[in-house]
Amino acid sequence: MAAKSASGAPAPGPDGGTSAQTGLWAWLNKRLPVAEFLNDQLTGYYAPKNFNIWYFFGSLALLVLVLQLVTGIFLTMFYKVGEASSFDSVEYIMREVDYGWLIRYLHSTGASAFFIVVYLHMFRAFLYGSYRKPRELLWLFGMAVYLALMAEAFMGYVLPWGNMSFWGAQVIVNLFGTIPGIGPALVEWIRGDYGIADATLGRFFALHVAALPLALLLLVALHMVALRRTGSNNPDGIEIKEKLDPQGKPLDGIPFHPYYTVKDVVGVGVFFVLFAIVVFFVPNLGGLFLEAPNFEPANPMSTPEHIAPVWYFTPFYAILRAVPDQRMGALLMFFAVVLFLFVPWLDRSPAKSIRYKGLPSKVALTLFAVSFVVLGYLGLQPAAGLYVLLARIFAAIYFLFFILMPWYSPLGAKPVPERVVYHAH
Amino acid sequence: MADHAVVGDDVVDLSRRKFLTRATIATGAVGAAFAAVPFIESWAPTERARAQGAPAEMDISKLEPGQMAITIWRKQPIYVVRRTPEMVKRISGHDADLKDPQSKDSTQPPYATNELRSRNAEYLVLVGICTHLGCLPKQRFSAGELYPSWPGGFFCPCHGSRFDLAGRVFDGSPASINLGVPAYSYPNEHTLLVGVDEKGAA
Repeated sequence: MAAKSASGAPAPGPDGGTSAQTGLWAWLNKRLPVAEFLNDQLTGYYAPKNFNIWYFFGSLALLVLVLQLVTGIFLTMFYKVGEASSFDSVEYIMREVDYGWLIRYLHSTGASAFFIVVYLHMFRAFLYGSYRKPRELLWLFGMAVYLALMAEAFMGYVLPWGNMSFWGAQVIVNLFGTIPGIGPALVEWIRGDYGIADATLGRFFALHVAALPLALLLLVALHMVALRRTGSNNPDGIEIKEKLDPQGKPLDGIPFHPYYTVKDVVGVGVFFVLFAIVVFFVPNLGGLFLEAPNFEPANPMSTPEHIAPVWYFTPFYAILRAVPDQRMGALLMFFAVVLFLFVPWLDRSPAKSIRYKGLPSKVALTLFAVSFVVLGYLGLQPAAGLYVLLARIFAAIYFLFFILMPWYSPLGAKPVPERVVYHAH
Repeated sequence: MADHAVVGDDVVDLSRRKFLTRATIATGAVGAAFAAVPFIESWAPTERARAQGAPAEMDISKLEPGQMAITIWRKQPIYVVRRTPEMVKRISGHDADLKDPQSKDSTQPPYATNELRSRNAEYLVLVGICTHLGCLPKQRFSAGELYPSWPGGFFCPCHGSRFDLAGRVFDGSPASINLGVPAYSYPNEHTLLVGVDEKGAA
C-alpha cells in the first residue's frame, strides 16, 4: 500500500492521494479519493481504545446485511411470486436448485441472526448510554433501521406462502383495522383484496426485494455518517475528543484500522461458527427460526393450531395479547416500539455509562432486559391463564422502564473519571 | 426593508426571491402530491378482485334442521346453521355466563343485534372466524357435548373459546367479542345472499 507516516497511516497529499507515490495508485488517487477515504474512515479514524465484547455487534449487523442482500438476490432468481406459485417455487429451491437449500437456509437464518445482533447492539446502547447527547440522531437513525428491518422481516416471512405466512399476515394486517375511522379501508388498501391474496403477496414481494432494502441501505449509510461525525461512545461513556494529544488525536483513541478491523474479524469468525451450526444442523431451530405450519401451503380455510410470529416479534405480540381490548392492545404494542425513540431525552443521568450510574438505573435495565426476554417467551405460548397474567406483569415492567426513566435515572450516579479506564492486556 | 442585498451595482430584493422560492416549493409539493395519487390508487382492490368479492349465493332449502353448511364469501368461511326450535330454546337462559349478551361490542348488522343474532330464529349466519386470533371454531351443537351444562354451540380448538348457538362468546374464553355476522338477505324463501342487504352490497 501507500507510504506510511510515523503514525502508521498513509500521509494524504494535498490532492488527497499520496503524492510521493507514482504508478497506478497515484493515477487512481488523482481521479478518485481512495487513499483519502481510507484515511478518513479507517486509518485516521480514531475510536476509543476501551471497546469490549459489546462492540462487535455493529459490524456484525453490517455483515448480516450483506449476507441477506447476496442470498436474497440469488433467491429472487428462483422464486416465483404468486398465490399459485410461491409455495411451490420455495420447495423447488429447497429440492431441485443446486445448493438452493443452503441459500434459503442462509437467508432464513440470516433474518434471525440480524435481529439477534441488532438486539445486542441496542442493549449495548442502553448499557453505555450510546444514545445520549451528542448521539441522539445516531440513535434515531439506528431505530429507523430497526423499524425498516421489522417491516422487511415481516414481509419476507409472507413470501413462502406457507400457512403461517398467510395467517401471520392476516393477524398483522388486521391490526391496522383497529385504527378508528380509516382502519377497515386502510386494511383493504394494504391487502388490495378482501383477504390476504395474490395482490397482497405481489406488493409485499416488491417491498421486500426492492423498496425496503434500498431504504435499509440508505438508513444504514446515514447511521454510519452520523457515527463518523460524533465518534463512537465507549463503555465508560466519556467523550474521547475532549482529551487530545499535541497532534490533535484523542489520547484515549486508537486508529480503527488495524486495531478494530482485526478485532472485528475475530468477531466475524466466532459469528460464522455459530451461524454455520444453525444453518447446517438446526435450520428451523425447533420452530423458532422457521415454524412448522409454514411447511404447509397457505390455506384460508384452515388455521394453524397456534398462531405466533417468529421469535423476534414475540415480545410485542405478548403485549398485544395481554390487553383484553384489541384496539388498546394494538396501541400499546405500537408504543412499546415507539418509546425507544424517546430514550435519549428520557435518560437524565449525569453519567452515560451504567458503570457510573446509580443502583436504580442498574436494577431498571436488568428488569427491562428480563421483561423483554420473558415477554418474548410468553409471545410464543398460548395466551391463556397464567401466561396472560405474566404477560401483563412484565408488560407493566417494560413500560415503567421508559416512563419512570426521567426520575430514576439521575439517582445515585457516581463521579465519572476524566479518562477512560483501560488496562493493557 | 432589511431584505435587500447589494450584488455589484444591483440591489436585489431578497423578500421577492424568498417568495418565489417558497411559491416554487409549494407548487412542486402540490405536483408531487398529485403524482403520488396513481401510485397510491394502484394498491386499491382491482375490479376483478371486487367482482370475486361479490355477494355469495346459497340454496338453503337443502339444509336439514340442525345442520350446518359452510360457504365462502371474500375468502372467509360463512357458517350457516338451520336451528331447530329446540336449539333456539337452548340459546336463552345463560346470559349471565356471556361476555357480551346484547352484542353491544360485537360486529353485526342492526337486524342481527338481538338475542338470536339473526334475521329469523331458524337460520344463523356467522363469519366462521374466531374473534380471538382467527382460527375456525368447530360445531359442538349437542347439549352437554363439552361438559354437562354445555348448551350447545361452537368451540375453537386453538385457544378454547366457546360460543353459544347464536355465536355469543362465553366467559372464560380468550375471545372478547361474539362471532361476527356478515350482511345478508333472503331474495326469496330458499336463497341466502351473503354480502348484500337492504343497505346494498357490503
